[in-house]
Amino acid sequence: MKETLIIAGFGGQGVLSMGKILAYAGVVQGFEVSWMPAYGPEMRGGTANVTVILSDSPISSPIAHEFDSAIILNQQSMDKFEPAIRPGGLLLYDTNGITRHPTRTDIRIFAMDATEQSARRGMARMFNTMVLGGYLAVRPVVDSSSVVEGLRLSLPERAHKLIPDNEKALAAGAELIKK
Amino acid sequence: MEEIKLVKGNEAVALGAINSGCDGYFGYPITPQSEILETLMELRPWESTGMVVVQAESEVASINMVYGGAACGRRVMTSSSSPGISLMAEGISYLAGAELPCLIVNVQRGGPGLGTIQPSQADYFQATKGCGHGDYNMIVLAPNSVQEMYDFVFDGFDLAFRYRVPVMMLSDGIIGQMMEKVSLSRSRPRWSAQEIRSMSDDWATTGRHGSRARNIASSLELDPNEMERRNLDLQSRYRSIESAEVRFEEFLTEDAEYIVVAFGSSARIASETVRMARAEGMKVGLLRPITLWPFPSARIAELADRVKGFLVAELNAGQMVEDVRLAVDGRVPVRHFGRMGGIVYSPDEILNALKQEGRSNG
Repeated sequence: MKETLIIAGFGGQGVLSMGKILAYAGVVQGFEVSWMPAYGPEMRGGTANVTVILSDSPISSPIAHEFDSAIILNQQSMDKFEPAIRPGGLLLYDTNGITRHPTRTDIRIFAMDATEQSARRGMARMFNTMVLGGYLAVRPVVDSSSVVEGLRLSLPERAHKLIPDNEKALAAGAELIKK
Repeated sequence: MEEIKLVKGNEAVALGAINSGCDGYFGYPITPQSEILETLMELRPWESTGMVVVQAESEVASINMVYGGAACGRRVMTSSSSPGISLMAEGISYLAGAELPCLIVNVQRGGPGLGTIQPSQADYFQATKGCGHGDYNMIVLAPNSVQEMYDFVFDGFDLAFRYRVPVMMLSDGIIGQMMEKVSLSRSRPRWSAQEIRSMSDDWATTGRHGSRARNIASSLELDPNEMERRNLDLQSRYRSIESAEVRFEEFLTEDAEYIVVAFGSSARIASETVRMARAEGMKVGLLRPITLWPFPSARIAELADRVKGFLVAELNAGQMVEDVRLAVDGRVPVRHFGRMGGIVYSPDEILNALKQEGRSNG
């Protein structure tokens, strides 16, 4: 098993922490993991992205130019990363602010309106876990129990009281994607 | 069960400092290595191990604080990124001249000048050929994983004290910023004043006691005969390092017809290239120098007798390739492939370069 995932969106959407939760969940399940953020000028321009690799063998290159899956949370990232998904790969995107929807026919495409749904349910701050729930519903690379453990390991102690709400957000995301 | 943590390379350096018995860290923030200082400030080791952490007013001040701490026989270190290391160059030469042990971490970014904050390996010359003036060398360790960012703090201090030379850990923005699993089980306490006195009383300023002669940490010597003697002494120490401390790693070189030579983050990317090449039936292997100085010249010379060629992949305009060419000595072609300015190549870009090399050699 090897999953090379890019998560890309705006700074503040929880892109990096979503990657961190997934990476920790991978550690819990005994995978080799790497988490490589873009820390350069693109970050300072307000966008954020991170490459997460989960693998059952040692990870050679932490840098990828082609991805098995992409979670896309804004238009710039759609323009940049839709072409970088492997044929047969997966693209999951949040529809908020997307004006040019994906057009590829050789990949699996899932859309969710997590921005609106998380706000409507009073879970705006858990937007990222909701998206992660959607991704894991269609690409179950780790078990839900590992994700909860991943949350515990990646969140600071003071935020542990939010774990039950995050679990609800994960489930809500999985529900959304099924529709 | 062994504790496995998921941390950034930069955080691993900070944890390595605390757990390796480091006495003092002196540094100034610069991307992409600021997490080293930030993590140390957050963990407050002065309350646990007694390690001192100082955010100095500049890189020049940092390296001179290192000089002072090293002169006391303490394990001291600094870190910076490329432009900051240039500022430290004078101090590094003085440390080498005064025969002081220390660890300097360079998390490289692209240059020249202020350049970019993106990863690069363009400081190979600066690290291995001496970045300050005079005839000196630093031992240069090139980590290719977060685990090695942790372990090389320990190894760096050990080597620095074994030979009384500055040691550099030459990393880059990729390894510094990425998170991977790391085992933090390796750990040792700081030395006591008594231990330092028993090990380093013949050179360190350990507090004059009894009738021992005064120890002076200085690189100044106005008598040319004496200065030449000091140089010869340093050179003989460098020869010992060259014969005892070369470290490298090989991957699928046994039957290889072509060898990719790459260090640090590039070695990670190139190992994927090697896998891809093997899947296409090309007999390609990887040699990864772990010490960039001393350089694994002897091993490369051996391999040159039985391969068709070398490709040196590095994120610069062609620096380590010169050392590979010296080792190969014209017996087979040695080509370079690189990207610059913060652009990082993909495994298939290196593969394409390799295929071109294969074609031009027939």
